[in-house]
Amino acid sequence: MPLIKNGAEIANDWVFVAEGAPLPETGRFSVSLGRFLALKQGQENGPLPDGVRLSPADKAEDLEPYLAELALIEIDFPKYTDGRGYSHAQLLRRRYQYAGELRAVGHVLRDQIFYMHRSGFDAYETARAGLSEVLEALNEYSVVYQPAADPSVPAFRRRS
Amino acid sequence: MYRYDQFDARIVAERVAQFRGQVARRLSGELLEDEFKPLRLQNGVYLQLHAYMLRIAIPYGQLSPRQLRRLAEVARDYDRGFGHFTTRQNIQFNWVALKDIPDVLEKLAEVEMHAIQTSGNCIRNTTTDHFAGAAQDELLDPRPWCEIIRQWSTFHPEFAALPRKFKIAVTAAEHDRAAIRVHDVGLHIRRKDGVTGFEVWVGGGQGRTPVIATLVNSFVPESEILDYLEAIMRVYNRYGRRDNKYKARIKILVTELGEAEYIRQVEEEYAAQRPHEKIALTADEIARIHAYFAPPALAAKPAVSERLEAAKAADPAFARWTRVNLHPHKAPGYASVTVSLKPQGIAPGDATDTQMELVADLAEKFGHGDIRVSHAQNLILPHVALDDLPEIYAALDAAGLGTANESRITDMIVCPGLDYCNLANARSIPVSLEVSKLFADPAYEEDIGRLHINVSGCINACGHHHVGHIGILGVDKKGEEFYQILLGGRADEKAALGNIVGPGLRAEEVPGAIHRVVEFYRAQRTSKDEKFIDTLERLGHQPFQEALYAAD
Repeated sequence: MPLIKNGAEIANDWVFVAEGAPLPETGRFSVSLGRFLALKQGQENGPLPDGVRLSPADKAEDLEPYLAELALIEIDFPKYTDGRGYSHAQLLRRRYQYAGELRAVGHVLRDQIFYMHRSGFDAYETARAGLSEVLEALNEYSVVYQPAADPSVPAFRRRS
Repeated sequence: MYRYDQFDARIVAERVAQFRGQVARRLSGELLEDEFKPLRLQNGVYLQLHAYMLRIAIPYGQLSPRQLRRLAEVARDYDRGFGHFTTRQNIQFNWVALKDIPDVLEKLAEVEMHAIQTSGNCIRNTTTDHFAGAAQDELLDPRPWCEIIRQWSTFHPEFAALPRKFKIAVTAAEHDRAAIRVHDVGLHIRRKDGVTGFEVWVGGGQGRTPVIATLVNSFVPESEILDYLEAIMRVYNRYGRRDNKYKARIKILVTELGEAEYIRQVEEEYAAQRPHEKIALTADEIARIHAYFAPPALAAKPAVSERLEAAKAADPAFARWTRVNLHPHKAPGYASVTVSLKPQGIAPGDATDTQMELVADLAEKFGHGDIRVSHAQNLILPHVALDDLPEIYAALDAAGLGTANESRITDMIVCPGLDYCNLANARSIPVSLEVSKLFADPAYEEDIGRLHINVSGCINACGHHHVGHIGILGVDKKGEEFYQILLGGRADEKAALGNIVGPGLRAEEVPGAIHRVVEFYRAQRTSKDEKFIDTLERLGHQPFQEALYAAD
């Protein structure tokens, strides 16, 4: 599936390891939050991943102690109408200052990408929008009203 | 009123371009209807029984004459010559073609209007007191804060896919005309030790599970209110139910967690905000927005207008209209006028293109260019000199807009019902018109006094039947329309939910039943000063229920 990050299509060298599947000895991979915590806390033994995939019902707060060790957090949108992933992203990027890759996966459509970008995502795995569409979506608005996790300056600051 | 600067104008123009692209992708088949649905909904486009419906935002119910004229043009050029004003102080058009909607939005953008977030699972139009800025009993004008909330909530990236819709209402008067306790969030503006702030109510609502809101915080200073709202919204976005759309409103979250635990979660999230997460709205910006709402320059006038008194003495119908349809103004010699959109025989809230143009003309000539839409689906001229009332009434009356029924029994709130809506179980407009017929005599209606009847065509309660003094709820029983009657609801500062009394009635039985209840009230009231709702509270529901079901 195409992966778009920072305005370019890039190769995806990460693998998501499903629940119960064996952990690979080499290569980069992500696991669910539950499995990540089990590995960190010694309830499961195996190679430690530096990627985690969050589901909508997960508590993003649980990752706070480990953020410096993580290179990738995937936030899953099983349904694009489920907006919990936007709150995960804002918490990770703004409150906890996570600096690694924040990737939207799942049902990712062109018209969510502007909101995702503002919430702190920098990578989008989507079968439904090509590079040109993602770039178009990112540039649909030149003015925003509220601060968020992206660098956009809200209108009320530009006014003064 | 608020005027767009370059930033507001650009956002709305960019929205029109974006929606034009979305419609093109839908028409080409690139977007599936399921995927297009949330996009069109967040731009006010519904698929109704017969056609697409377009709902246009009227932020906190305020319109300029130029804007109202543009709505009249849309009604004429793209609809069937009329529009329908809604309980969210918006307007909707029922017969607009999807392919024309981008053009309509472009015409609206020219007059600083849009359809952003008038539908869908997002923060909707913030509503307020329709007499804001004019009412004698208000602490201060709530509109600047409504505008601040409008801007903050527009395209908020975190709250674009909430569990369900989200409605905020603001009042600054002791007598609550904005129904804040039946909103997802209700804000009551207060002053404490010289600081302006907000009493915050959360989790009120109607629909199939009506709930009166919980007081969550008795004073949030104005400098913190947006941050506090962010905490409320984040807790809701994360923990509101998404498994069942009928349990997805914030009222269910508050009820299921319990008040204490819900408040604890909001306060915990609020306390966790770090300094760099604060919105930190600047004092300059707050002042800039307030400046747009400066009161109009009203010439000093005596409290009593001789011209008005003479006209009243000469024309009893005019005198009645001034008794019923005026609201006290802050300035002596002025009043706020309700232009009733509830004449006999017309769907409540409907106005034709020419009626809209007339109201725009009157607002320009006599009303300092200010028009409001009330949640009771009427139009308001908030700042009118008493001296000018005879001309205003004559013009309104000639156009079918002079009905003297503000907050009276025929001033009903009514949803579109099965005549238009694909959710409805029963028609609501015809039953409301049949009830109105029994109270068509203006003297009789005035004698009955204040009485709110609210009518919904299904349990989703768009006609606010839970909070009518008398509520009428349409239900479907094996393919036949029935109507349940509720008693004792109210949406004001004494907010209460009505109780369903007894079995449903056939449509033809409803007017007679309502009439018996009203006659029972007239026989029982201690004086004409005791309103229907007060007599009902004094005597209890039982005798009214007996009257409702008594044989004629």
